[in-house]
Amino acid sequence: MSLRLTKGGRLIDRSKPLGFRFNGQPMHGFAGDTLASALLGAGQAMVGRSFKYHRPRGIVASGVEEPNALLGLGTGARFEPDQRATTTELFEGATTTSQNHWPSLKFDVGAINDKLYRLFPAGFYYKTFMFPRFAWKHVFEPIVRQSAGLGEVPKDADVDRYEQAYGYCDVLVAGGGVAGLAAALEAGRKGQRVIVLEQTPHWGGRAMVDGGQIDGHDAADWVAAALAELKAMANVSLRNRTMVSGVFDHGYVIGYQRVGDAEPGSDKPRHRLWRIRAGQIVVASGAIERPISFAGNDLPGVMLAGAVRDYIMNWAVAPGQRLVVVTNNDDAYRTALAALDAGLEVAGVVDAREAASGPLIDAVKARGVRVYEGHGIAKVKGRAEVTGVELCRQAGEGTVVMELACDAVAMSGGWSPAVHLWSHCGGKLFWDEAAVMFRPDHARPPTGADGEAMARIVGAADGKLRLCEIMEEFGLGAVADEESAIEPVWLMPARAPDALRFKAFLDYQNDVKVSDVQLAAREGYESVEHTKRYTTLGMATDQGKLSNINGLAILSDALGRPIPATGTTTFRPPYTPISFGAITGEARGELFQPLRRTPIQGWHAARGAHWEPVGQWRRPYCYPRSGEAHGDAVKREILTTREKVGMLDASTLGKIVVKGPDAGRFLDMLYTNLMSTLPVGKCRYGLMCNENGFLMDDGVVVRLSEDSWLCHTTSGGADRIHGWMEDWLQCEWWDWKVYTANLTEQFAQVAVVGPKARAVLEKLGGMDVSKEALPFMTYVEGELGGFRARVFRISFSGELSYEIAVPTSEGLAFWEAVAEAGAEFGITPYGTEALHVMRAEKGFIMIGDETDGTVIPQDLGLGWAISKKKEDYLGKRAQQRSYMTDPDRWKLVGLETLDGSVLPDGVYAVDAGHNANGQRNVQGRVTSTYFSPTLGKGIAMGLVRRGPDRMGEVLDFPGDNGAIHKARIVDPCFYDKEGEKANV
Amino acid sequence: MLILHCPYCGVDAEESELAPGGEAHLKRFGPGSSDEDFEAYMFARKNPKGVHFERWRHAYGCGKWFLAARCTATLEVFGTYKAQNPRPHPDIVAAVKAKRPGWEGWK
Ligand SMILES: [Zn+2]
Repeated sequence: MSLRLTKGGRLIDRSKPLGFRFNGQPMHGFAGDTLASALLGAGQAMVGRSFKYHRPRGIVASGVEEPNALLGLGTGARFEPDQRATTTELFEGATTTSQNHWPSLKFDVGAINDKLYRLFPAGFYYKTFMFPRFAWKHVFEPIVRQSAGLGEVPKDADVDRYEQAYGYCDVLVAGGGVAGLAAALEAGRKGQRVIVLEQTPHWGGRAMVDGGQIDGHDAADWVAAALAELKAMANVSLRNRTMVSGVFDHGYVIGYQRVGDAEPGSDKPRHRLWRIRAGQIVVASGAIERPISFAGNDLPGVMLAGAVRDYIMNWAVAPGQRLVVVTNNDDAYRTALAALDAGLEVAGVVDAREAASGPLIDAVKARGVRVYEGHGIAKVKGRAEVTGVELCRQAGEGTVVMELACDAVAMSGGWSPAVHLWSHCGGKLFWDEAAVMFRPDHARPPTGADGEAMARIVGAADGKLRLCEIMEEFGLGAVADEESAIEPVWLMPARAPDALRFKAFLDYQNDVKVSDVQLAAREGYESVEHTKRYTTLGMATDQGKLSNINGLAILSDALGRPIPATGTTTFRPPYTPISFGAITGEARGELFQPLRRTPIQGWHAARGAHWEPVGQWRRPYCYPRSGEAHGDAVKREILTTREKVGMLDASTLGKIVVKGPDAGRFLDMLYTNLMSTLPVGKCRYGLMCNENGFLMDDGVVVRLSEDSWLCHTTSGGADRIHGWMEDWLQCEWWDWKVYTANLTEQFAQVAVVGPKARAVLEKLGGMDVSKEALPFMTYVEGELGGFRARVFRISFSGELSYEIAVPTSEGLAFWEAVAEAGAEFGITPYGTEALHVMRAEKGFIMIGDETDGTVIPQDLGLGWAISKKKEDYLGKRAQQRSYMTDPDRWKLVGLETLDGSVLPDGVYAVDAGHNANGQRNVQGRVTSTYFSPTLGKGIAMGLVRRGPDRMGEVLDFPGDNGAIHKARIVDPCFYDKEGEKANV
Repeated sequence: MLILHCPYCGVDAEESELAPGGEAHLKRFGPGSSDEDFEAYMFARKNPKGVHFERWRHAYGCGKWFLAARCTATLEVFGTYKAQNPRPHPDIVAAVKAKRPGWEGWK
């Protein structure tokens, strides 16, 4: 059983005990503990159950590579699942819960899966997809549902604050171990701007535990001096608790800083996401120890040897009182020595190598510990925790030669350089046979914008595991114990039979065993990328930090080829999972995206407007009076406008001025109709198509003067259309003398609509707005009611209508003046829904309703707005293609149900027969459909094959629940076909 | 995330300031062109693994369109130049040739 030692622990402060809870049970640790060290210190070896088989699992590692110790942390709005205990700092009052068990950690129903392991082979999901449907419904789906997902989803919105920050530097150092600090010193002394990011709260990395001497000083003293020097440099910034999450193109680096994790409820942001541009990146991310695959290597109490050493020396926590060390290299002997120094018993070192010697081995032997050379672990004994190990010959099939009683096993299969950051942006690796590792290939580094290396890799991440090797690169002398050669051990024993391989785990988090990878190979999987997905090896939240190399070796062995021939899987960011909060930053709630406001927005809000999002604007959908339903408000607004007068905030309409000697020629290319011939003071409805011929925007164009035009665009389209104009002017017709300006936000625009519209404007006074002075489709500039105004006589409703543009700063005042002047005529503000219904009553199209990116103007009966005289306009060539001139195209018509009801939106008209998929053939669809208060019945528009030639025909539109809506093809204009009302 | 130099305002712009515009130096085919020419103009785009000429707009900066020569595989940037060039600027062509001796040319 694990326990807290009475002495030692270089990172803990025994004067500051901290209370916390695990599954409701009170426990305590010390300041400086991680959740993992505190749990182990409190004797809690088992911290969860595994994902698939629900096997008891304990802490394996001491850092980011931990696969098992994922806990639910916090409560309520601060609850978060899957928090890695080894990288989470302990704080007072921490509430933690274990995951993947029911009803309790000790007694778990799902553990039956462990007995049924033969039912869950590699490719379980893929194989079950091929079963008959009933098996899915009754057998597999319930099992998958029960075991799917890791931890619980939080139920409340996150109350914490997250932020993002930007950084710029010449050199970014990823990792604050001795190699990173040495690299930072080098750059800092040259005066370069340096940022050093270290993922843990502590500097110095493994050297603080493993010791040695650097430049004539103890490693820890050298680290302290290096830190002091770096901190004194103004050009160097040091940030601990900050992990480099990913390295991206052109020196872009994402850093993940855990600012307030250990102080929930404080005023600090919880996490900060750093977006850094670095001239050069120094990868100093260290190495990660590999487990060894033997039966029962997942029992709580089996840990990485380096982690055991960390827990003893950093936190004064003994993972057990009687250890067995199992290894294929000398480094693990340091763990035996650390355990002995802490007063623990070492029952033996099981070394898979037949003969190995060196100062570390000698030191262990000298302290009376037996070394079992050429041996391996056949099996770990124990149910929920280790009680002993059975030894066998490593070269054999697992015949047990003896047993050692122990309560913890420290394993080391060697160390793998953490090459992730090197690889994220294209750095390549090579297999070093002698060192048994993939190491960075310095000849093929990740390259930047200039095609040169943008990263350098140093220290253990570069495959240099010994201190002297690491420091040599920086011209520093170092002393560390000699070590003899590692030997590869991918399976223990080498010829382990099925029964052992079924319990030898490669990937703890996803429950992938040696037997699964071998099965995949037998079933024909050769590519490591395919095997990974088939077996789920390395696909858990730890991304295979412990399992990838071991799995790769097993796969290569099964395929009978060398490891480099199989290759590695791709390393992708993030290095370890980062919070969604950090990625989101402040972009949540009201700040999720900017909201554009017209100057009249506040007035609408004060009148209780119901809003509709339109692009980045919010427009009033309607203005319901107290107790009035939205539908009733819309109806009232329409009838009042048609019978008296209404007013609409049209400020969101795009307003682009196009000016210059070639402006007319330019607009003739942009619009389907002729704009160059438009007389000054006149308005013309125009259509814009893309080069593929499809209608993309519409609006009224006004000739302001000899050389300038004002182009109105749709509310959502102003920026896009302005960009479109600039594209053609800058990239195609750059010799044309044209200037464009998007003045959408410079003007407020108010539509005054209805039979009394002229009376309202006359009441405002100051301008002759009579039919003679200002006929339909003309414009005049002047003073109206004391406001500088452009008045356009245009109509989107079919009524007598004026749109008045005033400077934005005067928009609200003008709106209020109109409301006041209109009061005696019964004026009402109306919203976008009334606007939509009134335009549909007139058969006017709406971009986005009648168009969907596949509709040409000719489909919409808008041939009259397409110039026959022009040789060219954007989209003309495309519209000449045979498919576009096919008479069978679906074209715009009006639709009226036989019973006056409202057609459902988007429904299709069916035709005789079925298509190749057995679906009914279709011949049209509804594009707009409303209840018309003016006509007292449903009206709709739609696109129907040869529609205009089929007036009077009745079509079937199947709706929900087997309903068939019958509708007759009619003219799309339902109201005032002659246009007399607008032209008065 | 790329950094491209805007040849108009002189800013080394982050990719988030830029809007991509696809292949550069297309020749427009309008009314009167053959179906084949129009199809090639409208739809047939190069998608090389290697040197590519493309359009970018400094959308959240000066608003200008410019052209860039870039390796799509390594993201190496050989240079950027103003959009008002019917063919790659000679300096850019020279820069590409210096880095990619075997390059077959831009067209
Ligand atoms: Zn620019």
